[in-house]
Amino acid sequence: MIYKETGQYKSSYKSDHAIFPLLQDKIAFSTLMFVAFLIIPFVINSYWEKAILVPFLIFSLAAIGLNILTGYCGQVSLGTGGFMAVGAFSTYKIMTYFPDMNIMIIILISGLITAAVGIIFGLPSLRIKGFYLAVATLASQFFLVWLFNKVPWFYNYSDTGQITVSERTMFGIPVTGAEAPSYATYLFCLVLVVVLSFAAKNLIRSKMGRSWMAIRDMDIAAEIIGVPPLKTKLSAFAISSFYIGVAGALYFAVFLGAIEVTESFDIMTISFPVLFMIIIGGLGSMLGSFLGAAFVVTLPIGLKFLMVDMVGLSAVTAKHFEITIWGLLMIVFLIVEPHGLARLWSIAKEKLRRWPFPY
Amino acid sequence: MSLTDLKKIPYGKTAIELKNISLAFGGVKALTDVSFEVKKGEVFAIIGPNGAGKSSMLNVINGFYKPTSGTINFAGTDRSEMEPELAAKSGIARTFQNIALFKGMSTLDNLMTGRLLKQKKNFLMQALYFGPVAKEEEEHREKVERVIDFLDLQSIRRTPVGSLPYGLQKRVELGRALAMEPEILLLDEPMAGMNVEEKQDMSRFVLTVNNELKTTIVLIEHDMGVVMDISDRIVVLDYGKKIGSGLPKEIRNNKAVIDAYLGVSDN
Repeated sequence: MIYKETGQYKSSYKSDHAIFPLLQDKIAFSTLMFVAFLIIPFVINSYWEKAILVPFLIFSLAAIGLNILTGYCGQVSLGTGGFMAVGAFSTYKIMTYFPDMNIMIIILISGLITAAVGIIFGLPSLRIKGFYLAVATLASQFFLVWLFNKVPWFYNYSDTGQITVSERTMFGIPVTGAEAPSYATYLFCLVLVVVLSFAAKNLIRSKMGRSWMAIRDMDIAAEIIGVPPLKTKLSAFAISSFYIGVAGALYFAVFLGAIEVTESFDIMTISFPVLFMIIIGGLGSMLGSFLGAAFVVTLPIGLKFLMVDMVGLSAVTAKHFEITIWGLLMIVFLIVEPHGLARLWSIAKEKLRRWPFPY
Repeated sequence: MSLTDLKKIPYGKTAIELKNISLAFGGVKALTDVSFEVKKGEVFAIIGPNGAGKSSMLNVINGFYKPTSGTINFAGTDRSEMEPELAAKSGIARTFQNIALFKGMSTLDNLMTGRLLKQKKNFLMQALYFGPVAKEEEEHREKVERVIDFLDLQSIRRTPVGSLPYGLQKRVELGRALAMEPEILLLDEPMAGMNVEEKQDMSRFVLTVNNELKTTIVLIEHDMGVVMDISDRIVVLDYGKKIGSGLPKEIRNNKAVIDAYLGVSDN
């Protein structure tokens, strides 16, 4: 009764194919956007910005990117960290060569550079699938991190090998660097995430998304109906890498400010957590990318609060427990709900539709 | 490479001619020196015992297998092999013996994939999803809805096809092929595993497509009753060789065909 779609008739294909076809979803989404754009910027503080909101937004973008490749096109990738590093280092190099360029443009160009790198590492996908492709993308992860570590040109020959962001402004307000106010970094990420999410959703519900899913579900049949496998797979690699590259650029420029490649873009700090996000959130679901990112970003904070502040464990013990709980959660999710949180949400909607009746 | 145009061929004239096609996988000879022609607008059946090379023949026609020797004359152009994409673009659609649907997608999306080749807008426009793209999407949706109407698929429009029963999946697969608005429809055992009513439904769909849309149909089927009733001409394969061809009533009385199906006694 709460989530009732009865009486909402669609009289055109356009309204039937809308992103939010139901009135309830439209209201929920508008409320969310209202809160995100008009309330949070006024109440945000540094803790919420650095610990929750900005990492959530950035990892949502990375999760959308990986979901396009793995969830929609069926090509498993473990190279997310490497591709995010490409985005970060592109941003750094462009910043040093073009000091006056707008930060938004720099970040989008970084995304395009990452897309080009993604195409190159996507080439083996025509010949290999599944586990073997995962290992090939793992190679890209190690190669890219090694490259940014070994070639001093990438970090401008600095002694530490670190790259540090310089201050850039949007409309006169700094969005990168130590002086950037919380609301500015948050809004900057939010605008990019909202715009790029809509773009991704539009791609998924039109020709490109259907080609990806066709390749994912049955590549032979896809070829027979005229979907070119190489072109389609490479387009998924390119667009996925674009999103991951933008996420990497934001991760470096807006979120961390200074990074060291082996530490910040390690397989254990980026590639696996982002893969967890889309598995926990839901493969092949936009909503799942956000839910997964929110889950992975907030879980350690919640666990730390529970174990250190409430129970009184030492921080080190709590950290060990956290890793164990992670492993456990992954196993539980894969067994109990392989379609992730997005599936749980659609089951909940089904229940709300019928409530208070059992069926 | 000029795109051959099946549309321009008049009805009753040869659409595809296969000349001396042989296909071998290493030492296994799947097809040996098979020749036949498919005329535009007819229902053409390929029959034969299991392992006779019928599916291989379809795979040669739509470019999935490259023949070891022989030529395929496709709408007046000789070529030694087809390409799957070229076949799809020139209007050849097919269904598979073991259903090859996109299991994670809904019936509607599966049918919409049949329209992919006809959607021309590039990915940047798709990402923005403004006027022209939305319009294109709607046009194709309308075409697909006609197929849904024709095949009675309305109630399962939003259901992921992986969860549909076998008979319906076969029908959705026919729908996906029809959504391509093909000139030639290759059906690989469309009635396998169906009960009598489902076979009747399927036969009706096939005949309606042939009569109303004038689509040429190349059919592989094991049910002789269906084949004899609906096909105009038949070719019979056995062990990769052509052992007979002609009208249904000729095939029925063909000695070689009867021997292939029923076996020959030594005495």
